[in-house]
Amino acid sequence: MSGIGLRKLRFSWQYLVWGVLLVLMVGGAMVQSVRAQQPTPSDDEVNAIAKTMYCPVCENVPLDVCPTQACAQWRELIRQKLAEGWTEQQIKDYFVAQYGDRVLGEPPRRGLHWLVYVLPPLSFLAGVLILVNVFRNMRRAKPVIASPDSKVKASSSWDDPYAQQLEEELRRRERGE
Amino acid sequence: MVAEIGFGALIVAFVVSIYGILAGLYGARRHAEPWLESGRRAMLLTWPLITLSVVCLVALLVGGHYEVQYVYNVSSRFMPLYLRITALWGGQAGSLVFWSWLMAAFAAAATLRKWDRDREFLPWVIVVTLVTLAFFLGLVIFVENPFVRFWQMPDGRQAVAMFAPRGATPLVPMDGRGLNPLLRHPGMILHPPMLYLGFVSFVIPYAFGVAALVTGRTDDRWIRITRRWTLVAWLFLSLGLILGSRWAYDVLGWGGYWGWDPVEIAAFMPWLSGTAFLHSVMIQEKRGLFKRWNMILIILTYALVIFGTFLTRSGVLSSVHAFAQSAIGPLFFGFIAFTFIGSMGLLLYRWNDLRSEGVMTSLLSREALFLLNNLLFMGILVVCFWGVIYPLISEIFTGQKVTVGPSYYERSTAPLFAALLLLMGIAPLSAWGHSTLKTLGRALWKPLIASIVVVIGLWVGGIRAWSALLAFWLVALVSLVTLYEYYRAVVARHRRTGENYLRALWNLAGRNRRRYGGYIIHLGVVLMALGIIGIELFQTETQGTVQPGGSLRLGDYTMLFQRLDVFDTQDGRNVARAVVSVFKNDRYVGELHPRRDFFYDSQQTMTIPGVRSTMEDDFYVILVDWQSSAQGITFKIYHNPLVNWLWVGGLVFILGTLVAAWPDREAESPRARAAQTLAVQGA
Repeated sequence: MSGIGLRKLRFSWQYLVWGVLLVLMVGGAMVQSVRAQQPTPSDDEVNAIAKTMYCPVCENVPLDVCPTQACAQWRELIRQKLAEGWTEQQIKDYFVAQYGDRVLGEPPRRGLHWLVYVLPPLSFLAGVLILVNVFRNMRRAKPVIASPDSKVKASSSWDDPYAQQLEEELRRRERGE
Repeated sequence: MVAEIGFGALIVAFVVSIYGILAGLYGARRHAEPWLESGRRAMLLTWPLITLSVVCLVALLVGGHYEVQYVYNVSSRFMPLYLRITALWGGQAGSLVFWSWLMAAFAAAATLRKWDRDREFLPWVIVVTLVTLAFFLGLVIFVENPFVRFWQMPDGRQAVAMFAPRGATPLVPMDGRGLNPLLRHPGMILHPPMLYLGFVSFVIPYAFGVAALVTGRTDDRWIRITRRWTLVAWLFLSLGLILGSRWAYDVLGWGGYWGWDPVEIAAFMPWLSGTAFLHSVMIQEKRGLFKRWNMILIILTYALVIFGTFLTRSGVLSSVHAFAQSAIGPLFFGFIAFTFIGSMGLLLYRWNDLRSEGVMTSLLSREALFLLNNLLFMGILVVCFWGVIYPLISEIFTGQKVTVGPSYYERSTAPLFAALLLLMGIAPLSAWGHSTLKTLGRALWKPLIASIVVVIGLWVGGIRAWSALLAFWLVALVSLVTLYEYYRAVVARHRRTGENYLRALWNLAGRNRRRYGGYIIHLGVVLMALGIIGIELFQTETQGTVQPGGSLRLGDYTMLFQRLDVFDTQDGRNVARAVVSVFKNDRYVGELHPRRDFFYDSQQTMTIPGVRSTMEDDFYVILVDWQSSAQGITFKIYHNPLVNWLWVGGLVFILGTLVAAWPDREAESPRARAAQTLAVQGA
């Protein structure tokens, strides 16, 4: 799954801290490192922001993994802004001002866009209410047939007692009675 | 000539479909058996006709007839034979022909069943199936014809037409543009046919549902007839989704298997409603309840099948303007509206006839829990549907598109999936008709305590995140309940019959394949859940640029970059392939070759990750950039714990579906034996 949760972000920050400590230790010992040459800010810092953004051209491909040249330039721009001391929010605001809300991974919580967040839970709530109503009505209602284990066919084509008996026998056998 | 034959066969199939519809309608109205029989044969005939058309198109693809526009667009000289054949569904027009062909195959299979007992359904099954088929054939013939060819006009212009315009000469390009590289993966070769099979086979249960509504046959006969059709449809749809996920994991190069892309969701939505339907029909079969709801679910599933095809074929996902300009989009939209409104109108007409025959006496009964399961599936469906169409709504009302990305879907559906897992653990233990807390508790307490012990073990083992502990608890609970159900049944059978445990298990599953196949499916789901939990909650990643001899570290793994090879291949690719050594806890565990393939014919690039795979985790390396940075090669690496359980779970899931769909040894005999018994009694 391309999206990451808060936990993963915490994980990456942990690695970042360890990475910084490692660089300091190695640098202090004046040993030339052959590990990854991380620009400042690092690719991981850039990707943490790019992961929640989308360019208008590459639909549904998060910016951090989009292979196009245009998206690579956007990632460099994020790196540049981070180096200038911008926060994640400032960077996102900048891109929204330039290219519109669609660069964000989710619609901003304002105006019509609230519908995105409100409608599914409201629908679910409506479903719960319908279900409660069904349960209530069902428990109040008298069964069409006397026994809960037997069924009488309402259709006129099933008035034949032989057919009813046959179906009943089949049901009993299917239930393993 | 081959193109003309293929196109002609399509036209004849279309005419035959229209004839079948009219014959079915007339036969039903006049109770004219010869007309019904004629309609049935017309439905049967569509398949060989469309088969002929498919054979022609494949012959054109294999023969490299680049004067045919479709062949030019999806194939090239470099492509091997198997890819030229699978290019049949590699483009819009071909995939619509392929859809129609599969649809006709299922229609033909439906005609060959024994109709003696359910003759009143026949005309309406013919009408509904052939209306669907005729719609798709109409699209192919009038809008997306795969047989149109290039022509050189006398004035030097180029034209595309089925038949030669006046004075034009055939224009034959030397080579084609080739198949989209992303579609050249084995997963993508099998994924579309599986999805299409799932889509088209849901048309049959829908046709029977509509037939039941039209004829007023409000008993559960239509459900019993279509149970296997529905399971087969569900099997193919599930296979399609699993293969699609594997393809995404192997080819798309972002370390994941499911990106909540609208195209993925388009296939997922009918699966959701179909799964709800599969559970819900059992309530009607066992208890005579919720007949209306089952009708709504099958109508919804059919509508979502067409809607899914519409989403991927109309261009509506890229923009509402593209939809408005496309010829195919409004036609699809009209067809969905026509079938959905028509079906719902019929349902309303029969509303009073479809009253439940029994009552629900307990909130903890199996039927009540199945209903809750349906609510959760519908909840996930609403989230998906709304997430897919909201960008279009935003574009219509604000003029600006928005992105509804994975975070929306993950946040909204995670609690619903968790609740579904919980139900999966409880529902198998509840009884049809009546269950109480006491009876349920008596059946549940042993697996429940064992599952809590598992969670305590995980906590002691160092897992502290409550979301992970909750998820693992649910997985443990469902697994233990399912295994405990098997255990209890096997022991009971062993005591009763004296069979050894293995034979008892075999015979048990053989006697009630639906139930025990269902349990295997549940086990498959929990294994898949294990993989999903691993990648969702524990995936880590890093990216860095290294010179040869440089390394990147992620968790216990170290990746040492050895060298980069860039070379051309005989099948028209330029390959940039890195060679990296992988160490786990500083111990060498293997060599990986992440690469980027550039396809000369289509001018497209494909990323192939290098993956070290074990049941514990995957170490997944992507070559991000090897050209622009003077500092070296940029790699992105992912650590994906437990992800392979997703694929293992998928296999178990499919196995369970096969077991459930396999004809019960005793499924036919009770009917015959019951009839015999009654006959003897009557005598």
